[in-house]
Order: sequence, then structure tokens, then C-alpha cells
Amino acid sequence: MIIKAGKLLLQKSKARNLIMSISLTDSAAERVKTFLEKRGKGVGVRLGVKTTGCSGMAYTIEFADEIEDTDKVFEENGVKVLINPKSLVYLDDTELDFGKEGLNEGFKFNNPNEKDRCGCGESFTV
Amino acid sequence: MALLQISEPGMSTAPHEHRLAVGIDLGTTNSLVASVRSGVAETLDDDNGQALLPSVVYYAQGELPEVGVTALEKSSKDPLNTIASIKRVLGRSAEDIQSANDYIPFQFENKIDSVPRVKTAHGPRTAVEISADILIALKDRAEKTLGGELIGAVITVPAYFDDSQRQATKDAATLAGLNIYRLLNEPTAAAIAYGLDQSAEGVIAVYDLGGGTFDVSILRLRKGVFEVMATGGDSALGGDDFDHAIANWAIEKLDSTIREDDITMRRVLSAARQAKEALTNQSAVVINVEGYASLELTQEDFEWLIEAYVKKTIMACRRALRDADIEKDDVSEVVMVGGSTRVPLVRKQVEKFFDKMPHTDINPDRVVAIGAAIQAGILAGNKPGDEMLLLDVIPLSLGIETMGGLVEKIVNRNTTIPVARAQEFTTYKDGQTAMRVHVLQGERELVSDCRSLAMFDLTGLPPLVAGAAKIKVTFQIDADGLLSVSAQEVNTGVSASIEVKPSYGLTDAEIENMLKASMDHAQEDMVARGLREEQVEADRVVEALNSALVKDGEALLSSKELESIMNMRDALIEVRNSADNVDQIKQAIKNVETVSEEYVARRMNNSVRSMMQGRKLEEFEQ
Repeated sequence: MIIKAGKLLLQKSKARNLIMSISLTDSAAERVKTFLEKRGKGVGVRLGVKTTGCSGMAYTIEFADEIEDTDKVFEENGVKVLINPKSLVYLDDTELDFGKEGLNEGFKFNNPNEKDRCGCGESFTV
Repeated sequence: MALLQISEPGMSTAPHEHRLAVGIDLGTTNSLVASVRSGVAETLDDDNGQALLPSVVYYAQGELPEVGVTALEKSSKDPLNTIASIKRVLGRSAEDIQSANDYIPFQFENKIDSVPRVKTAHGPRTAVEISADILIALKDRAEKTLGGELIGAVITVPAYFDDSQRQATKDAATLAGLNIYRLLNEPTAAAIAYGLDQSAEGVIAVYDLGGGTFDVSILRLRKGVFEVMATGGDSALGGDDFDHAIANWAIEKLDSTIREDDITMRRVLSAARQAKEALTNQSAVVINVEGYASLELTQEDFEWLIEAYVKKTIMACRRALRDADIEKDDVSEVVMVGGSTRVPLVRKQVEKFFDKMPHTDINPDRVVAIGAAIQAGILAGNKPGDEMLLLDVIPLSLGIETMGGLVEKIVNRNTTIPVARAQEFTTYKDGQTAMRVHVLQGERELVSDCRSLAMFDLTGLPPLVAGAAKIKVTFQIDADGLLSVSAQEVNTGVSASIEVKPSYGLTDAEIENMLKASMDHAQEDMVARGLREEQVEADRVVEALNSALVKDGEALLSSKELESIMNMRDALIEVRNSADNVDQIKQAIKNVETVSEEYVARRMNNSVRSMMQGRKLEEFEQ
């Protein structure tokens, strides 16, 4: 089950879409909340894109201790998701999920903008 | 799609460069691996959701070693190829093991003079190799769980581990293909796990009663920095002893011949362990051993059986407080670590002694691994800044042997590390050209009561009169508690040094050779060492005599005198090479000294004369 995150209007954006969004699955929201609680500090989680990796871009996910002026903030289930506008254009309509593969577990980005990704799935191109 | 973890702000890693690091608690009974994921340190489970990996390895012919629960299951079927509690002998010599008087549930090869090897279906295996098999199982589990190769690990050791035990632990890790950031004392790891570094200042006592070891540590916390004030304990006391106490009690009630039967003995031990665990929340338990009548063990009887052991731990607590130079009232927090702290009597006694409720919130089996994982995460560079600085202490004094078989301590126990200490020594005989530096560990005054770590010779000293040479001996201990010793003659700069790759050391490449060579060295018993030293002494005498004779033998001695001195010298060389008895060599040296007494006197006079010739009296009056 997918919960749509709050919609956000980008002012005077050159981007094709004026309305951009990010969503979290239930399990992802739940885990982010738990990790933040255990960590004992932080305002939310920051998603981003780094220009690195074997096929161009890589996803990042970090704890956020403060909200930057330029950050776009989505909030749902009591979890704040922060994104820098530069990253947002690559992450529009992305769904953050939490899953298990064998013993391993972690977050994954389901990003419709992805055109290609390297075999390991850690980096991608749009 | 790869699975990502949440990083600290600004600490995101590039793809394929995730800094996966783990903390490993390599325990006597159980081992664990933990890691920090998305900011949370937690133990990693196996396929069946179990965090604890029994520290048991099963060796079946023609098959890979089995580790953990499946190995444990084989212990009654094929006990001799199922190796448990290997940590008890890790880094210990065959002598240590024999004198320890423990019940060791496996058989060694009968080769006293080499590395102790356990007999298995895979052939003889050293404790380092068996420990490495356990570490490999943990490493595999971690890599599967974290989804990549590990870049580093922190392994915990009991605070009481000496240098060779620490080195053996590192060797096992190397053999398992792990990159070791550092070894961490178990109690220190526990304090980290409780996040006590986040709390106010205070003194923390960590009471750690595991399967095979007992440690008590007194830590001082100041501005988020831990300082280990004192450590104490007993590296051969733990829950295993409780099992043995119950087993011995049962055997006495059942049939004393059980002791001669390894297989039944193991069954009794495993029944004893189950009984102990059941008594954590039951007032009595029934012990069943196949083929024998069942027995009832009450909580009261159990407490009576283990009372002496628990008392011993409390006494160690008292000693640690004394070492730290503090009173019981100064202790603000008490942390309980190790599965054996679940035993009700242990909790009661610890609470009574420190007069405060101990911390027991975190699973006592996992708390050490969790603390180690937090350290590993920081060392791997996953946390900004160095949030934590740990000061450890050396658990036993380190020193060198001096004349008369006495130990001169250079670094005292409970000194914080890393540390470098130097002390000057001198020669004890005229013309002494070599010096043997014998590195020892322990608290006693006599060499024979301390543990020999290493030996090396400083040769090429200028032949001066006794007491004139200045030899600076420097001890350096790194953050892992590993030692390097160097000796330098101050005037000439002649130097020699040794890395104390202690008794069980091994290089990455030549594990086996290093093991054997360093072992043989450590295994020299007192007789052999005495003999060797006397031989060195004989060599020195012969050498000194020869060089003197070349210089002025013919000038100062009649041909008859010369001949009798040479005869005695040759006799000494003969005895030195053939004797197996120190006294024979001593006597031969004495003979040489007696026969050359007159010669030595003449030489002295001669050299004094030549030194004073042509000089004025005032020159000597200064």
C-alpha cells in the first residue's frame, strides 16, 4: 500500500512538471521513524542524488539534523522528507521503499525517471 | 536495486564504497557479530533468526568445518571432533594449559614442546585456526546481511588477556580474512553500548561474567571520554565453571567412573548447562542423563555449589576498586555483561556489594558486540568527527630481566595506553659486549614467576668496565596493547629491537612457521633457559679471554702460565658444548677465572700504569 506524500508547488520551475512529489511506502515510513527515534536526534531524512557512481548518478539517504532554507519538505506519518531542489528534479514521483533480500535489508528508490542503471543497481542515469 | 542504509548527515558513500564495518564478540561459549545500520547498532541474526553463534566447531573428515548450532548438535555424537570453549586456550602455551587444571573438553596432540594442537578429523588444529573458523562464519553472516564486503572489524577481548592472547586473537582474525581496526576490551565495549558516554560524568563498574572469563573494569567518564581506571578479573573463571560444578555434583551422586568416559562426560556437562539456565527463573530443576537416574537440583543447592566462584568475582571487584584508588560509594553505575549475569545469585551479590541496582536492560549476551559495532562504525569513518576517545590500560606490568633473575618493571599495570617508557640499564661485568633483553609480563618479582614474552640480544657493546655502558631500554605499547621493545647503547648508538609478536605470533604469509618458532622460544623451560644463558656466559668468558690473550698474553704470562690458562679455556669450550647441566659449565667458568686471576691482576696493573704514565697528578684529582 502506497501513501502519497504531500504535493508541492515549485515556484517558477523550469522543470516540465510543476507539481512534484515523493512518496514513502508504509514500511519505509515506519523504519525511518524507528531509526530516528533510536538515534535520538534529527528532524527527518534527507534524500538526494549524487553525481557519482559507475553509471552517472547515485542515490543518497541521510539523517537530517536541520532543514536548509532551500530544502523542499514533504511530511507524512510524522516523517519529514527533505530534498534539495536540484535533486528533486531527478527524484520526482519516486517512491521510497524498505525491503528485504535474504538476510540483507534496506531502503530502495523506485524512481520512474531512471532510464538505465548499473548492474548492482546502486547508480543510474535519467 | 541495492538496499541502502541511512547515513549520518554528509556521510553518504559512493556506490560500491559502503564502509561496512562490524563489531565481533568472540566469546568462549557464544560469539556474535553486530553492525551499525541506519544509525542503529544491532546484532546480526543468522538464517534462523539467531544472534548467538555457539563458539563450537565440528570437523568431519572430508567436509568443511561446521560452526555453531549444527556443530553443537554433533557434540554428543562425535564429541572428540566437536571443539568448544577454544577461547580458553587461545594464545596459551601447553604449559599454561596443563597448569591451569581446568577440565578441557578436548584432546591435545602429545607434543609438549610445540604449539598446542587439538586432535580433530581434519588433523591437528591450533586454537588460532579453530578461532578463525568461528570468525569466518561470523564474517560470512555479516557480508550476507550487509550486502557487501566488510572493510573492517573491531574484535573484543577480555581486559585480562595478555599480549600473546591478544596477538592470537589478531592472528585468528587475519587468518579469517578480517581487517582489524583494533581490539577493544569487552567491558569498555559494554559501556559504549549502554551509551554511558552520553550521560553525565561518573565512575562505572562493568561486571562481566561470561562463559569462560570474568572481568571487572572500573571506568571513569569525563566529558564524554572514557578512561579505564583499573581492570581485574580472572581469565579462567566463568559460567563454564558453574556447569562443571553442577556436573561434578551430579557425577558424585551418580557414578564417579563417568569421568573416564568422554562421551558421557559431555552429556553430563550439557545437562548441567541446561539445568543452570533453567534455574534462572525456576526454583528447582530435574537433571536427566541417559542411562542414569534423574536428579533434582534446587536453587539453594545450586547457589551453594557456585558460591565460592561468585565470591571470587566479588573479591576481584574489591581489588579493582583498590587499584583504581576509589571507594564503593564513588561508583555511580554498575553494568552487567555476559550470559552468566542472569544467574540470580550473581545479580544478588553484585547488587549487595556495590549497593546499587546494576544495569541489565540490554541483553547481556549482546551488549559487548553492540558496543564493538559502534566503535567499528566510527573507525570506518561513518560518523563525523571523533566522537569517542577511548583510553585503555595495560592489564599486567611489563619489564625486563636483570641480574639474579629479578624482574625490573618498566611499565606498571594499569598504565593508560598508548604509552612509551624508557629506563637506563648498564653492564654488570667488565668488558661486557652483549646484553640479553628478556621481556616479561607479570606482577611478581622473580623471572620464574612471570610470563616470558620475548628475548633478544643487544650485541656490539663497547667493552667498558662494569657500570660504564649506558643502555636505554624503551617499551612502546600501541593502542591494541601490543608491545615493541628496543635497547640502545647511548654512547655508541648500537641498538637492537623486537616487536613483541608474542609467543604465538604469525605473519600473514608464514603463519605456521612463525607460530612454531615463536612458540618454541616461549616454551623453553627454566632448565633449558638457564643452560642457554650459562652457555652465553661461557662464550663471553672465552671471547673476553681470547681477546685479552691476543693483546698481551705473551707479554704478561710465562709460557707455562699461558698453557694452563689455555687448557682450562679449552676445557670450558668442551663443557659448554657437551654439558646438559648448568653447574658443570659454571664450574668450568670458575676454573678459568681462578687460573687467570693472576693474569687479570697483572693486566689491571699494566693498564693503570700505562694510563698514568706521563701525566701529572693534578689531572687525576678532578
